[in-house]
Amino acid sequence: MNVVIIGNGIAGISAARQIRKLSDHSITVISGESDHFFSRTALMYLYMGHMEYKHIKPYEDWFWDKNRIQLKRAWVSNIDFEKQLLQFENGENLPYDKLLLATGSKPHELPVPGIEAGGVQGLYSLQDLEQMEATTVGVNQAVIIGGGLIGIEMAEMLHSRGVEVTIIIRESHYWGNVLPAEEGNLIAKHIAENHVKLIREDELAEVFKDDAGNVKGIRTKNGNQLDCQFLGISVGVMPNIEFLKNSALETNRGIMVNEFLETNIPNVYAAGDCIEHRNAPVGRNPIEQVWYTGRIMGETVAHTINGNRRSYKPGIWFNSAKFFDIEYQVYGLVPNKISPDLAQFYWEDSKEPRAIRVVWNKETMIFLGIHSFGIRLRHEQCEEWIEKKFTIDKALSRLQKAAFDAEFTKQWIPSFLEEFQKTNLGFAVQQEAKGLFARIFG
Amino acid sequence: MGKGLKFLGLSMLLAGLALFISLPFSGPFVWDNSYLQNTGLSEAQQESLGERLADLEGRLFFTGFELANEISQTKEILNEELKATEEWDLVIWSNDVVWQGTKASYQGLAKGNELLFFILCILMPSIGGFLYILPSFKEGTPGIKNNGTFHSDMKNRGWVGILTGTMLILFYIILYWFPQYITPLISLFDPLSEVLNGGPASQWFLYGTLYTLAIIVMGIRMFSKYRHSRYHQIRTASLMFFQTAFAFLIPEILVRLNKPYFDFKNIWPLDYDFFDAWHINMLQEAGGLGIFMLAWGLTLMIIGVPLFTYLYGKRWYCSWVCGCGGLAETLGDPYRQLSDKSLKAWKYERVIVHSVLVFAVLMTAGVLYTYFTGSDRVFWLSTNDVRQTYGFMIGSIFAGVVGTGFYPLMGNRVWCRFGCPLAAYLGLVQRFKSRFRITTNGGQCISCGNCSTYCEMGIDVRWYAQRGQNIVRSSCVGCGVCSSVCPRGVLKLENNEEEGRFGKPIEIGEEGFRVHV
Repeated sequence: MNVVIIGNGIAGISAARQIRKLSDHSITVISGESDHFFSRTALMYLYMGHMEYKHIKPYEDWFWDKNRIQLKRAWVSNIDFEKQLLQFENGENLPYDKLLLATGSKPHELPVPGIEAGGVQGLYSLQDLEQMEATTVGVNQAVIIGGGLIGIEMAEMLHSRGVEVTIIIRESHYWGNVLPAEEGNLIAKHIAENHVKLIREDELAEVFKDDAGNVKGIRTKNGNQLDCQFLGISVGVMPNIEFLKNSALETNRGIMVNEFLETNIPNVYAAGDCIEHRNAPVGRNPIEQVWYTGRIMGETVAHTINGNRRSYKPGIWFNSAKFFDIEYQVYGLVPNKISPDLAQFYWEDSKEPRAIRVVWNKETMIFLGIHSFGIRLRHEQCEEWIEKKFTIDKALSRLQKAAFDAEFTKQWIPSFLEEFQKTNLGFAVQQEAKGLFARIFG
Repeated sequence: MGKGLKFLGLSMLLAGLALFISLPFSGPFVWDNSYLQNTGLSEAQQESLGERLADLEGRLFFTGFELANEISQTKEILNEELKATEEWDLVIWSNDVVWQGTKASYQGLAKGNELLFFILCILMPSIGGFLYILPSFKEGTPGIKNNGTFHSDMKNRGWVGILTGTMLILFYIILYWFPQYITPLISLFDPLSEVLNGGPASQWFLYGTLYTLAIIVMGIRMFSKYRHSRYHQIRTASLMFFQTAFAFLIPEILVRLNKPYFDFKNIWPLDYDFFDAWHINMLQEAGGLGIFMLAWGLTLMIIGVPLFTYLYGKRWYCSWVCGCGGLAETLGDPYRQLSDKSLKAWKYERVIVHSVLVFAVLMTAGVLYTYFTGSDRVFWLSTNDVRQTYGFMIGSIFAGVVGTGFYPLMGNRVWCRFGCPLAAYLGLVQRFKSRFRITTNGGQCISCGNCSTYCEMGIDVRWYAQRGQNIVRSSCVGCGVCSSVCPRGVLKLENNEEEGRFGKPIEIGEEGFRVHV
């Protein structure tokens, strides 16, 4: 069987590798963006000089030949679903028996006057990075619209090169559509310490161009005028399905798929950022554009393509990010607004930028989720507490087991528990004690 | 303020370095036959060489090179003649007379002003380095800052890096084989040497002092760079302590007390002359302390290595105690990203490092065979030749010239990774019988590559992390930098139950991340 995958991102490549593990099918992965799979989340590190392009390729170049995964560098212009044939921009064709669409996403655009100016861009692809590299030469001031994960990355990138950066967000606190206010403020404080300006509750209204057509400043809805020679747009991403619109393939915001990641057309599947679930798993969004879901979908759809239909079960939600020097991890449910049926406790270190929030069900006391800032947690433990429906006191008594920080890190659990006891949430938590001997010899 | 301090520091560093480099070119040198005393020659040897050197007396040499070459040539010609006439007692095997004689002849500016020039050439650049580092304690928020690493001419094999590597290589070649060319520099260390061991400085004293200073100054840089991580601060402090106390001060003070020079943290086979006849005899003749040293060295080798490596992994030595590790983790830290991560490099590494271990074992077995039987040959092979070859090829070229000189070219652990037989021994224990591993945190890896890039041992950490598998590799020195540079909190160095320490690759496609069965 001849399997063709469009897109060499984490979803497409996870599928290709899994199909190879399961079968002997012919596998071809097509990408117009790059010859080889690279870690999209690491693009920022190229700009900052932490790594070079070769370092962000997770597999050495011989890997693909050895695993008989054919790579083809080309842009697909059209798909003939009837004849099961791909048509490339350069005029070539490629037939397929089964097709996986893993075309990823692209930055949202803002319909604002002047947005077409030079030096205005998002950051998603390798080409975006190359463009940013070229357009930020000699730039002194930059403005970033939107404070999501890509926005803060762009800010950090520019900051590393001494550019004066201002981030403009719509919400009243940082990453307000995900984080509660305390956490948002913790990050905002950290951003300020890094000399990056944050303007809240404002939006881009107009882009000013210089004579050469490049951005020279902006005006916001609140009337702020800012000079800048670079304008980063990071107001989210959307499925990259332009070339699939107006075809027999059913799309809405993304490519519509069922729980088996099958599209409405036989032998055509889709996975990753580009899809929209007809019936999203309980508690999950129809479009979830993160690295991990891309990987899970890729590995899942491989089974289905291989003839063993497997439904998409993403399991307990988890994600992670880094805001300048503050790492963030989340397991389970930690909403930005706590509904009345939930109880929660937030702890913040008085000295370092470290914080934890735990959420549980008010009635049943069942532990529902945890997220941490500047603290590393053990995935396996947190997932177990949620999956096995631990009560909050039982989960907290095992916090030590979930600690994943480097050895000798300043303890946070005693302070966390002490504060927790003070809140009179109705129960006492006993921490499992560890003697000196056990500490030295594990 | 910060910028000014940095500029001042850099100026002091470069000025001191310039003076340091130019001093060997300075003179004059005036030879006197009385300098032959105290160079380790017998009276008969002094006399025969003295005859030949008599017409050099009173002659003015503008540089030490000319004088050193004169002494060296004269000595070689004399030796040839003595060998021809089979006057073996008079043949001068050692090179010491050349550099010590040249050193004694130095009459230049630094003569009598050793302390002043020591301050200018050695202390000033060290303090300059410290001042250069100081402002970085206040720069940015604490956390991993590798900004610009691959844009740097120093850290990415640019011209500064290549120049630095060349200078280091040259330095090692001169140190090992041509100390007679840097005698004015060696003199500068006389006052310190007198204080510590009661005698004048040798090139090894110069080397030991510079080595320790490098670890201290660059250790302070580590305190700044990793000020968010107590793990790095504590292990760096440990390395600084073991270098300063165990490798530098204690052995020198032992010499002053007329005891054997002994580094209590050096372990065979890194300490490859531990079983040399002269060493065993020296310890045996040194009474109770000498016997203790012998027993200590054996205990570390036979019990210490397996026990501590079982409990903590080989990091207890390589990135907490060892001197080579100390330099690699401090002076070498800016170059850690240059180590080759390819599968091919790993294949070479395994063959080479284990070959060196086998070589060390065979060489030592031969030396001990000779020690116990008195026979200097095993079949046709001279155990002394094997011993000499090992010392030259492994001890000098591999560990010194390549091991440190190649920092800016191949990363900071070239020796530890490809050459160190003790690392190979520790690694075997770590791989097969240890509680140590680097745990991968579920499915959190985003394959970014920071861990692999900044692994000084060239381990492709990401390969394991993205599979959700723990990292158990014989070469891992447990520096902990992979864990620090990880932006998603995926890696943790741990000592734990042996069972399941390798972990299994996960498949995250079924109900979250799961062990793949």
